[in-house]
Amino acid sequence: MTQFVIHREIDARGSACPGPLMELIRALKAAEKGQVVAVISSDQGSKVDIPEWVAKAGHALLATEDAGGATRFVVQKAR
Amino acid sequence: MHDVVIVGGGVGGTVTANLLAEELAPELAAGRVRLRLITDRPEHVYKPAFLYRAFGRTSPAAYRRPQRELLHPAVQLVVDPVRTVDVAQRRVTCASGQSYIYTYLVLAPGARVVPERTPGLVEAGEQFYTEEGSARLYRRLERFEKGTVVVSVIGVPHMCPVAPLEMAFMLDAFFRERGRRDQVEIVYTYPINRVHSNPAIAEWAAPQLVQRGIRVETFFNVERIDPEQKTIATLEGAELAFDLLIGIPEHAAPAFLEESGLTVDGWVPTDRHTLAVKGHDNAYALGDVTDLPVSKAGSVAHYQASTVAANIAAHVRGLPAAARYNGKTFCFIETGTERATYVEFDYDHPPQPVRASRWVHWAKLAYNQAYWLTARGVV
Repeated sequence: MTQFVIHREIDARGSACPGPLMELIRALKAAEKGQVVAVISSDQGSKVDIPEWVAKAGHALLATEDAGGATRFVVQKAR
Repeated sequence: MHDVVIVGGGVGGTVTANLLAEELAPELAAGRVRLRLITDRPEHVYKPAFLYRAFGRTSPAAYRRPQRELLHPAVQLVVDPVRTVDVAQRRVTCASGQSYIYTYLVLAPGARVVPERTPGLVEAGEQFYTEEGSARLYRRLERFEKGTVVVSVIGVPHMCPVAPLEMAFMLDAFFRERGRRDQVEIVYTYPINRVHSNPAIAEWAAPQLVQRGIRVETFFNVERIDPEQKTIATLEGAELAFDLLIGIPEHAAPAFLEESGLTVDGWVPTDRHTLAVKGHDNAYALGDVTDLPVSKAGSVAHYQASTVAANIAAHVRGLPAAARYNGKTFCFIETGTERATYVEFDYDHPPQPVRASRWVHWAKLAYNQAYWLTARGVV
């Protein structure tokens, strides 16, 4: 697993789509520019939704990692 | 003596109280059970009417009833806002200072809107999730001659998940009926990359919006609103101008639940099947206040009330609490001012909207009247 200084990590496993994406959006809204937020999702839709939103919003997807059957998205607030 | 305290005078609390009064009639008559419903207002309000109020199609007399009239005579009604719930002491304390000890607790106080959490929304936005808001919106719509109306879903989750779509469809019909549609642009915005959180409803609704000439903006997360310039700025860096903003605000559980330490991330952690508050086997939650991935809709609270009432009745009789909620949800969807469709789904079966028709629209209007039988626990 890649090492980043994570400002906040959200375990959204078990939350159905679009729960994990909305959790990430809420966390990034509250974060400062440059801070890193991670969200763990077990929802398959997140694999499409989260990278797509991160790109549209102009943030940086630092890593997409396996997290014991779920996926951990590491995102840096870029603006 | 078993003391059952139900907090909330909406559909969930009222139906639970009435079902328990019927089921536990022998125990109530023998003085072995006491049923109390605590609410913050003496009148019961049918909130789905607010959508119609925004278009001048209903009035307070149609959607208000005295709470006492809706309750079984065996249910004690307490009109006194709850201030704290102490689960360690099993005690509910109200604004008057009066406390009530419970054996079993039901939390059904609903959700509230918190538009103040979005900068500029209180100053610049209208909404139809409160009685005052819907009445004010109607006055604005009646005078609105031309310009851009934006229906923006700002907070998710929110009450009645299909209502923003219904608002967009009804706005289209409203302005067509008045011959002003060509002067009015309607824009619908949603936070994720489709028009509704439920994929099946989104797939059905997207072409309906296009067909009506309603512009759609997705991945649209409102960051702030400039009341002077009448613009919305999003987290995605977009800017959208409006003449009339109908914003679906962020929602939250009542403050007393958060202050009592009963919420996690804003909602009450609830077992998806038994509806017990997690970590508290003698407390149940239902309706808008739970953290469950189900619609914050009246039908959900109605169906959940059956589960909660059955489980509490079982506890009282020393039996296992075996009733389970399966995620059942039913929602009508108005597709204009003369047609409607509906969706029915549960945890395991996604919704399948049917073709909109006049019959379903009339069924919805009929249900708005029949609701009072639902609240009484009759249907």
